[in-house]
Amino acid sequence: MTAATELRLLKDIDEPGLDTIEVYERRGGYSALRTALTELDPDEVLEQIQAGDVRGRGGAGFAMGKKASFIPKGDMDKYLVCNADESEPGAFKDRVLMQKNPHLLIEGCIIAARAIEANHGFIYIRGEYELQADVVERAVRAAYERGYLGADILDSGFDFELVVHRGAGAYICGEEMALLDSLDGKRGNPRLKPPFPANAGLYQGPTLLNNVETLCNVPIIIELGPEEYVKVGSEQSKGTKVVSVSGNVQRPGNYEVPLGVTCREIIYGLAGGPPEGREVKCFFPGGSSAPVLTGDEGLDLTYDFETMAQAGSMLGSGSVIVVDDSQPLVPLALRLADFYRHESCGKCVPCREGTNWTVKMLERVESGEATPMDFELLAQVQSNILGNCLCVLGDSMAMPIGSMLEKFRAEFEQHAEEARARNEAAVVEQAAPELAAAPLTGPA
Amino acid sequence: MADGSRSNGSTRRDLPLVADRMVGLDRQIASGHPAVAAGWDMPVDLDKDPAVIPQLADVEVPEDLKREIEWRMSLYPDPRSAVLPALKAAQRVHGWLSTDAMRQVAAVMKVTPAYLSSIASFYDMLHEDPVGRHYVYVCTSVSCHLVNAKAVYDAIAAAAKKARLEGWDIREFECLGACDMQPMASIDGRYVGPLDPSDAPELVAAIKEGRTPLPGRGLEDEDYMPAGAGDPPPHEETQ
Repeated sequence: MTAATELRLLKDIDEPGLDTIEVYERRGGYSALRTALTELDPDEVLEQIQAGDVRGRGGAGFAMGKKASFIPKGDMDKYLVCNADESEPGAFKDRVLMQKNPHLLIEGCIIAARAIEANHGFIYIRGEYELQADVVERAVRAAYERGYLGADILDSGFDFELVVHRGAGAYICGEEMALLDSLDGKRGNPRLKPPFPANAGLYQGPTLLNNVETLCNVPIIIELGPEEYVKVGSEQSKGTKVVSVSGNVQRPGNYEVPLGVTCREIIYGLAGGPPEGREVKCFFPGGSSAPVLTGDEGLDLTYDFETMAQAGSMLGSGSVIVVDDSQPLVPLALRLADFYRHESCGKCVPCREGTNWTVKMLERVESGEATPMDFELLAQVQSNILGNCLCVLGDSMAMPIGSMLEKFRAEFEQHAEEARARNEAAVVEQAAPELAAAPLTGPA
Repeated sequence: MADGSRSNGSTRRDLPLVADRMVGLDRQIASGHPAVAAGWDMPVDLDKDPAVIPQLADVEVPEDLKREIEWRMSLYPDPRSAVLPALKAAQRVHGWLSTDAMRQVAAVMKVTPAYLSSIASFYDMLHEDPVGRHYVYVCTSVSCHLVNAKAVYDAIAAAAKKARLEGWDIREFECLGACDMQPMASIDGRYVGPLDPSDAPELVAAIKEGRTPLPGRGLEDEDYMPAGAGDPPPHEETQ
């Protein structure tokens, strides 16, 4: 299978003015909405989404249709929330979708809201995406003017209000419970689950929470029909995926691929591979939270949810970060751990303390103060974080750091040893230059 | 201590004291490293006035700010949801979230300033201390780190220092979600990249003179060319 498959999400992405409602409508936009509102009743819309079998594109890969079917029926206040707080290092697919094709997202939101009969929707955009939030806000206003949002949409009797909400720079608010708390007007601290958002989410009402890319797939399912939609993709991972490739590659960028192509095809075929003369040392298949795969073990695997999970990693948000063989891993691990230390909300002890101590220990490895015991301790701290917190932020550090340590232990030890030797030489040089010039030879 | 006598000679016998169980606590406090926050063993002072919500009549709020906050509050089923947009609006007016700014937002939103402070201290883009009104955030997160972003940041920081740039908040930032422009920076929300340390003097000079830094290399610029765009990836050719 080649990567030259039809594009769905990025189909018209280079069309000038796609972010305006006129161009979007000319390209067939909002026709899926018309179908969903005038020809189908809410249950049928939900059935179609379930039949399309789209798995959540935000990281967890949970089937969207199933999630939507958990929302109770009835006329209580229900909410739809779009998670556009894309802050994972290496992820930038939602940015492009929102900036270039905001109406696809809005159409997806309305159809998904129709399926669960929610009358209020929110798009939570991270604070740093100022340009993108402006674009989406403009698009929402245009959709209101055309009558796609507001009261009695297309004379179907369905009301839907959509609000663009901007975050203020907190990675943790991409976690669903933290996002809901943040939207509630609180600090973005994750809550204990259950109750899940489907039962008690925003304002304690049933809430469907999905990623931008997931919601962008909804109009496509309705448009193509679920039978056609599931033709692309692998056995259990249907549809296409926008993959963000970055790091040491020649053509970093977003590429839409059918799920099930090989990693080699993505990294070498689409992104041009690492710079001339370099090899792939390892890569993160699903953003910085995913355990790394070495080039040897990972490149020939197929890129879908199951294969990545079987290989001990994950597809996550679909962000491939490539590390070439010129990169020392210790500074990278330190930078990575430092990100999670900074972003930990501090609610759960294993994450708050674990991320702090991991940074401190990695600093010791970096500076050459680490003892062999530190490596054991470092690995132990990672395993003590895993699965012990309310959310997966701590795990998101523990998994990549743990996997790097496991797969490249020798490099970590060598790095520490070299730094230690350098420090020692510097001390000798300063204290006794004559010794440094003529090193002592030990007894035979 | 079943009889309730105190081993540490506390005179506050009427207060519930549980420190007896914590051996050496006094010594720790004496050594300048308190094990717990001061006043932790004091009971709640029920006579103290509760935190008050500033009255709108007592606080002078700029009309535009008041209108914006009220409009934001009207968008949500629960007006408290507007706390982030409201604080951001106040920050735009005042430059940072000073005590005055907090009181103004609190008066309009009818919440306590302490509640707002709990929010402001959580988010990276809300500032409880004065910062520059404009910002340059240089991404040095994982993907950018791999392509030498630290050198870019150092160069920009050094150039800004050399040019005595004032009123600008220049700092390293976590992933800004533009790894396709790596290494990149956000200048007041305008994304520019890919950057090289040699771009730093020009970037800083442009900021200082009020020009648009690095025209043509911002994400929303019409002629923006992403990295490797001269060599289109195969699936775009086959369309």
